[in-house]
Amino acid sequence: MSSTTNSPTHHTSTIGAIGAPSRRNTELALLVFAVAIPVFAYANVGLAINNSVPAGLLSYGLGLGLLAGVAHLAVRKFAPYADPLLLPLATLLNGLGLVVIWRLDQSKLLQSLPHFAAAAPRQLLYSALGIGMFAAVLIFLKDHRVLQRYTYISMFSALVLLILPLVPGLGANIYGAKIWINIPGLGSLQPGEFAKIVLAIFFAGYLMVKRDALALASRRFMGLYLPRGRDLGPILVVWAISILILVFETDLGTSLLFFGMFVIMLYVATERTSWIVFGLLMSAVGAVGVASFEPHVKSRVASWLDPMKEFTLSRQGVAGHSEQLQQALWAFGSGGTLGTGLGQGHSDLIRFAANSDFILATFGEELGLAGIMAILLIYGLIVERGVRTALAARDPFGKLLAVGLSGAFALQVFVVAGGVMGLIPLTGMTMPFVAYGGSSVLANWALIGILIRISDTARRPAPAPATNPDAEMTQVVRPS
Amino acid sequence: MNKPLRRIAIFCGLLILALLIRDNYLQYLKADQLATEKDNRRVSIERYANPRGDIIVDGNPITGSVVSKSGDFKYKRTYKDGAMWSPVTGYSSQAFGASQLESIEDGILTGNDDRLFFRNTLDMITGKPKLGGNVVTTLNAAAQKAAFSGLKAQGGKGAVVALEPSTGKILALASYPSYDPSSFAGNSTGTDSKNWNKLQKKNDPSDPMLNRALRETYPPGSTFKLVTAAAALENGLYKSADEATDSPQPYTLPDTTRELKNEGSIQCKNVPLREALRISCNTVFGHIGAQLGKDKMLAEAEKFGFNAEQFTPVRSSASVFPKEMDRPQTALSSIGQFDTAATPLQMAMVASAVADDGKLMKPYMVDELQSSNLDPVEKTQPQEMSRPLSPANAQVLQSMMETVVKQGTGTKAQIPGVTVGGKTGTAQHGVANSANPYAWFVSYAKLPDGSSPVAVAVVIEDESANRDDISGGGLAAPIAKNVMEAVIQSKK
Repeated sequence: MSSTTNSPTHHTSTIGAIGAPSRRNTELALLVFAVAIPVFAYANVGLAINNSVPAGLLSYGLGLGLLAGVAHLAVRKFAPYADPLLLPLATLLNGLGLVVIWRLDQSKLLQSLPHFAAAAPRQLLYSALGIGMFAAVLIFLKDHRVLQRYTYISMFSALVLLILPLVPGLGANIYGAKIWINIPGLGSLQPGEFAKIVLAIFFAGYLMVKRDALALASRRFMGLYLPRGRDLGPILVVWAISILILVFETDLGTSLLFFGMFVIMLYVATERTSWIVFGLLMSAVGAVGVASFEPHVKSRVASWLDPMKEFTLSRQGVAGHSEQLQQALWAFGSGGTLGTGLGQGHSDLIRFAANSDFILATFGEELGLAGIMAILLIYGLIVERGVRTALAARDPFGKLLAVGLSGAFALQVFVVAGGVMGLIPLTGMTMPFVAYGGSSVLANWALIGILIRISDTARRPAPAPATNPDAEMTQVVRPS
Repeated sequence: MNKPLRRIAIFCGLLILALLIRDNYLQYLKADQLATEKDNRRVSIERYANPRGDIIVDGNPITGSVVSKSGDFKYKRTYKDGAMWSPVTGYSSQAFGASQLESIEDGILTGNDDRLFFRNTLDMITGKPKLGGNVVTTLNAAAQKAAFSGLKAQGGKGAVVALEPSTGKILALASYPSYDPSSFAGNSTGTDSKNWNKLQKKNDPSDPMLNRALRETYPPGSTFKLVTAAAALENGLYKSADEATDSPQPYTLPDTTRELKNEGSIQCKNVPLREALRISCNTVFGHIGAQLGKDKMLAEAEKFGFNAEQFTPVRSSASVFPKEMDRPQTALSSIGQFDTAATPLQMAMVASAVADDGKLMKPYMVDELQSSNLDPVEKTQPQEMSRPLSPANAQVLQSMMETVVKQGTGTKAQIPGVTVGGKTGTAQHGVANSANPYAWFVSYAKLPDGSSPVAVAVVIEDESANRDDISGGGLAAPIAKNVMEAVIQSKK
């Protein structure tokens, strides 16, 4: 009989079933680990390099803890039902990145290079700004659907951001890739990192409106739904822009990222596999076409196919060749299964960009296969939590935006890590959160902020259905 | 929209999976290959991360290691009396690699040798740094010093090799002019590269980095008559040192009208072997060579080690006794002319085989390899190489060589209380003998108890000296004498 007395509590808990637990305490507990692990790693580097615990350990620990605390409080206050994994995972990556950037600052070889400046303090500043950006997104973006209003403004901003590096006097050509702009007094900025988010907003807004036309008005041919000619317009435009980026900014990564993001969102919006086929065909044609005549992209491909030859040419002093990729591969190989231990590798041999584009090689050498697998799985978790957010989102705009941002994040991780590990040709992008670079840190914290906002909206319990005093008086009005 | 979302989730998972697979390929399957590729600088960094083991002579290291001030290579090699020992040690340079013993025994010296694996693992567990092992050489410091200072005082190019006849141990191995391997042991482009470039043959015609004791072949001249005499005795052409030989004078080379001349106005017609060796008759030994023929001469020369590289373990060049010759060429080769050429090591081996009653021991310079805590890893056992002479014939040749020192061309090598046997040589070379001749002296010392502690070969080329003054007896014999004395003194 006791069972029957308990059963009503199950039946009456309908409101509880709607309102998932907020999981804020889970997030806090995970954050403790996300702060503690980098602090231990920091101590480890100091002990390995200088035989002493680094003097800045306490302030670094407090700083990171403070940042994590601020972010957590912002989530607790402004997005209480948000996904509990995203913030701790991003914090962990950011913290580990700081440690490895600090570790590379200690390299005598890198210190002897011209233009050396300690990167860790600046990265700490960028991280603080990034967390600020994150909090600002949560505070000011009460509902992500507001972004829908800015669909075409987003498109315009994205185009401006993408074109900026080409503006004479503003753009900077750094080692072949024209993806930077110089802002006097502030330093250099990678507008592509921000364009990623703005474009996702545009695509989400645009596709939400056009999805039916794109999905339904099509002919069937050989099992594929062929879109009408005029519906091909948008994908052709995005494709053309990607190709232009590739040609003028010589940046394979950004180009691939934008086009890939668009195809993913198009597929999700229309549920038509034919778009994927078209997308793959078009990107293959574009990439092969550009790679066969654009010299910078061509040399990147050649270097990917034979890194050792590239190394030899570079050593012989032939201009336009770089030994970085081969050095990165050696760093990975020398790390082996368990790595040399933090602070004990020689990834500084990569020299330029060792702490930005190539930072994964330092992880590979010093933390080994085990460390890289853990890092990649953390990225994988962030992406999957993002797609989970898209699944849970109740509005199509939210779904599209969440999957666009997550997909872009996944593509970026793949393009950068694949490039550094020699899986695909190298491109000039940075590993989100771990690599040195203000634009990247800021943009990715904003990206996590938007995902958290969407997940909060998605997991927020539906408002209790208010008993409508007029309910009984509702009548069906029939036309007379 | 949820179905495509799930597929995108799978797609993103596949991207991560591709990265994981690639990473396993790089860091597991290919890791060892990548980590040990020669252009991977970590290999060199690792190599110089710990102090190198030492090369040891008479219980004292002749090498060392210091922490270098700059660069990513921690330890740099140093040498004591580098110029004197460089023909033995070779060099170990951060910028230019290693040579000779430094290169051949690199595994022991760096501690990477498989035989040190157990020791290294123990050290790793107990937290000690990996240390290199030592290479204990057979050399004799006093003999080496006598050899090098003798060459240096002489001032010309030359080399000295001393062996212990009963074992084949190399006691001295000197070459002049020489170089100090410390001067380019680091990898600074300023000093080390400059010093290295200065020593290269194209910048220094005297070629100081050539190891003349092992790697240069000289026409052996009259010292080769020892081999010809050994061939005559072994093939039964003559039974003793004192029977008259069948030696015409003047002697016309077979199949030609060219007369083979003796130096000066010495009387060589039908003189016995002892007298022919004492006054160094070309006609007698040229005729013996022609009588025995190419094949018998070649067989005897190869028993002494000609036409083969020696591995001490440092490789020596192969000495040459020509394989394709007509009869007049055979006669000329038998007095150390034509294409006959020998390393100083080779001629020391000839003297050593005679002194050891006809038994030739394989020459070697590494006595023992040790781990860092001085445990032996490998000990070299003396090894017989061949028997160019029967003991009886060896004793006949010994008595002939002793006559040369007692009352012939080699009197300057006499040591009181010690029996010394030797042979001088003055080898001509260059087009129409235009260049300065080489002065040779090969000898051995015998103690009253009948044992022979040392055999030595000295060669000197003195460009500044008057051509007529050069003779093995005058220039080379005193150095040989000092080296033999140094060995005998250190045995006492």
